[in-house]
Amino acid sequence: MGKWTRRAVLSAGVVGGTGLMVGVSVRPGNPTETAGHLVAGEGESLLHIFLKIDSDNRATAILPHSEMGQGAQTALTQMLAEELDADWNLIQFVEAPAEAAFANYAFGRGYLFKGVEFPDAIVPTVDGLVMKLADSMGMQVTGGSMSIRATGQYCVRAAGASVREMLVKTAAKGWGVPAREIRTEKSKLYHDKSGRSAAYAEFAAAAAQITPSSTPRLKKTSEFSVMGQSKQRLDIPSKVDGTAIFAMDVKRPGMLYAAVRRSPVFGGSLRRIDDREARAMNGVIDVVTLPGSFAEGLVGAYSASDSVAVVADSYWKAEKALNALEIEWNNQGNDTVSSSSIFEQFDRDIAAATDRQTDVALGNANAAFEDARMVLTADYRVPYLAHSCMEPPNATAEVSLDRAEIWIGCQNPLGFRQHIAAQLGMDVESVTLHNHFMGGGFGRKSNADYGVQAALIAQAVGRPVQLVYSRQEDIRQDFYRPAVQSRFKAGLDNSGKLVAWHNTYVDKRDPVEAPLIPYAVTTQDIGHVASPTHVPFGAWRSVDHSQHGFFTESFVDEVAHAAGKDPYEYRAEMLKDNPRLLAVLKRVAAEANWGSPLDPGRGRGISLQESFGSVVGQVIEVTVSGGKTWVDRVVAVIDAGFAVTPDGVKAQVESGIIYGLTAAMYGDITIQNGAVAQSSFADYDAIRMHDAPVIETHIINSGADIGGAGEPGTPGVAPALANAIFDATGKRIRTLPVMNADLRTDSESSPSVAALTR
Amino acid sequence: MTTFTLNGEIRSVDTDPETPALWVIREQLDLTGTKFGCGMAQCGACTIHVDGRAQRSCITPIASLEGTIVTTIEGLKSADGSLHALQQAWIDQQVPQCGYCQSGQLMSAAALLAVNPNPSDADIDSAMRGNICRCGMYGRIRSAIKQVAGASFYDAMEGSQNG
Repeated sequence: MGKWTRRAVLSAGVVGGTGLMVGVSVRPGNPTETAGHLVAGEGESLLHIFLKIDSDNRATAILPHSEMGQGAQTALTQMLAEELDADWNLIQFVEAPAEAAFANYAFGRGYLFKGVEFPDAIVPTVDGLVMKLADSMGMQVTGGSMSIRATGQYCVRAAGASVREMLVKTAAKGWGVPAREIRTEKSKLYHDKSGRSAAYAEFAAAAAQITPSSTPRLKKTSEFSVMGQSKQRLDIPSKVDGTAIFAMDVKRPGMLYAAVRRSPVFGGSLRRIDDREARAMNGVIDVVTLPGSFAEGLVGAYSASDSVAVVADSYWKAEKALNALEIEWNNQGNDTVSSSSIFEQFDRDIAAATDRQTDVALGNANAAFEDARMVLTADYRVPYLAHSCMEPPNATAEVSLDRAEIWIGCQNPLGFRQHIAAQLGMDVESVTLHNHFMGGGFGRKSNADYGVQAALIAQAVGRPVQLVYSRQEDIRQDFYRPAVQSRFKAGLDNSGKLVAWHNTYVDKRDPVEAPLIPYAVTTQDIGHVASPTHVPFGAWRSVDHSQHGFFTESFVDEVAHAAGKDPYEYRAEMLKDNPRLLAVLKRVAAEANWGSPLDPGRGRGISLQESFGSVVGQVIEVTVSGGKTWVDRVVAVIDAGFAVTPDGVKAQVESGIIYGLTAAMYGDITIQNGAVAQSSFADYDAIRMHDAPVIETHIINSGADIGGAGEPGTPGVAPALANAIFDATGKRIRTLPVMNADLRTDSESSPSVAALTR
Repeated sequence: MTTFTLNGEIRSVDTDPETPALWVIREQLDLTGTKFGCGMAQCGACTIHVDGRAQRSCITPIASLEGTIVTTIEGLKSADGSLHALQQAWIDQQVPQCGYCQSGQLMSAAALLAVNPNPSDADIDSAMRGNICRCGMYGRIRSAIKQVAGASFYDAMEGSQNG
């Protein structure tokens, strides 16, 4: 086997089979041997790596996913409770510690063997291999909208079901009755014939001696009573009274505070620093220079430049002193790069098409375009985007000669722990990492750079230190959704039918299928060229779907209009052989009352996007007046196969839509002199209460494999919005964000009217 | 030395008078429910009440609090520990996702309802536009405010599902 890259694993997932695999896997082996001491306390029995039961009959789900707002921990607890037949009032969750025993192997398995069903006999072998792979890659990842569809489906449900079986088996032995005569309900075992009953807790310790089955019987959808219910999130009460503890709320005895500045030009190194003024300031303890760091690997690969930190007895003083530093950077020649030079480079590289890599080649493109009655071309562009989580990156560290302890909120606790240990020159065993709620993640907190900085600062000053990024540092030192250009050519036949589709774009990442179209187009040539820049890449909610959703669903709309067809009907016509997507498209059109008349100045746009195993259709209604766009209403339909927690799915779709709308309307990270020009919410704003649309979300439970919910709402926003703006104004948005487009009508843009509308 | 009433208790702090109240509250007074989001009064995560009015603590010099009555998210509950009606509405409507901005959102909403028990949509827009929620829960925040204001509104937990 060659070296495993993120791409290789993702590709393997895409080419997997089509069968349904549910719950044929549980992490093999007896968990008490490897993990009991990590998670089980006095009076608690660890029956499975994901489940313990205490003497008061309270079950605890131990979940290898972090919480950044998505609510997956509650949904996963529902999945466990369902199969365990647990009383919902007697179950809770904790996040698994950052230990190898809790490496998130379902993530790897979900990608590697998606849809592949193994014979029971080899399941433990396959699981052992995947587990080893997950261990070696340090994976404990929350991302890819994988928590429910991978960990939940492949592991957590099986954990609940196998523990239920273990409890039944143990009780049968204890009572001297056949196991098949025992039933379970609300965390209790019953033998109706003899009138016996017992709490799970009574048999938990004895049952923990059994190795959990890899292939327990799972419930059918028709048997569900907890899955499919909108349970209230278990973490929400702590988030309304200030008691939820985020990483920044951690306080250690004698803790100092650090503010940091990394080379504003990416790739820069420290040349000279004058810190005399800063060191003389009240409360300043030290000024620390930090080397750059980088990580390789399947998830969280990054490269970060040198930085300088000021340590003080309060954060405000540290930040003030940071601004008093005089720093010179060696910019490695990158300080002449700008957004316009980057897009000029993309333009050249797409035109040259050197070493163009093919994603899809169907039919003979050249012949198809020669035969076409009409040929349409268009170039689309999106800018860089930062994540701007509400909670800026921060971490607290305490480092002695041979031990380190880190408090952080991150999307890969085990990977962070391993990477930070390596940067400190320590064994992994010498580093403890405590993961906390994240105040937003969106992909930013899968790169460990901020944890490394905190650890190195604490090591340098020999006292506990809390590092906090200013909002400026957060925006200027992110890992960005890349700027991307995509060039299209479409061929239509006499009837207006789309017969040829040619597309070349830059910057291929994940998921590999993001640029593909679901429509029945007989000739397709989709490919990409490399056009590297010095701006660091980061996974940003929905990753490549965030740009390709906009590109493909806007261009299809252009094609429909060129053909003189209704954009909804045109799509539907090309989806006859794709019933799942067609059902979503039809439903969203119906819910939005597609085709009903709108007042002048208003418009309606549609989009359809499959991503992360789910299908989302959106219809957006806008009003454009005085050149300004108001988003009035978003109607969304999601088919995630089966909604484990319907209100949670809706909340994720709402969230994904607002996140995508912020990007589509305002998101514009620009590069000037090699660095990011924006620095605050004043120049990198977000959708706020007054410009947030009404969102109506509808769920289809199609029975397809369970899909993700955290990301699929995002990609379809920009195209539905741009298509609605075209409907309202006749102006086609091919470059985001919308705020940069001149949408004034001719009369509005005449000088006198322009003065009035200002 | 600055002396003020914080969540019903008289507190005195000795620090640089220019220090923003946010950092004094978090670092010296150990109340971490009030959050740092931007440090420039652009996001609202740090919102507290000063004499009943919503204020961004990240740009409020501590010295300006002399003699005032200050409430943070930790003081929003009643003296008997029962939740403020808005906090209950936040749970009923399942408002928080990551939850980081919600202390500020609640403090802004509470200050609004204190002076305007039946706010219009426009009133809500204007009182809440200073508070960013990157998880995008504006619809649910609006529903929760209206729930407390007594108006009927879309129930997120019921909603429509598969039909």
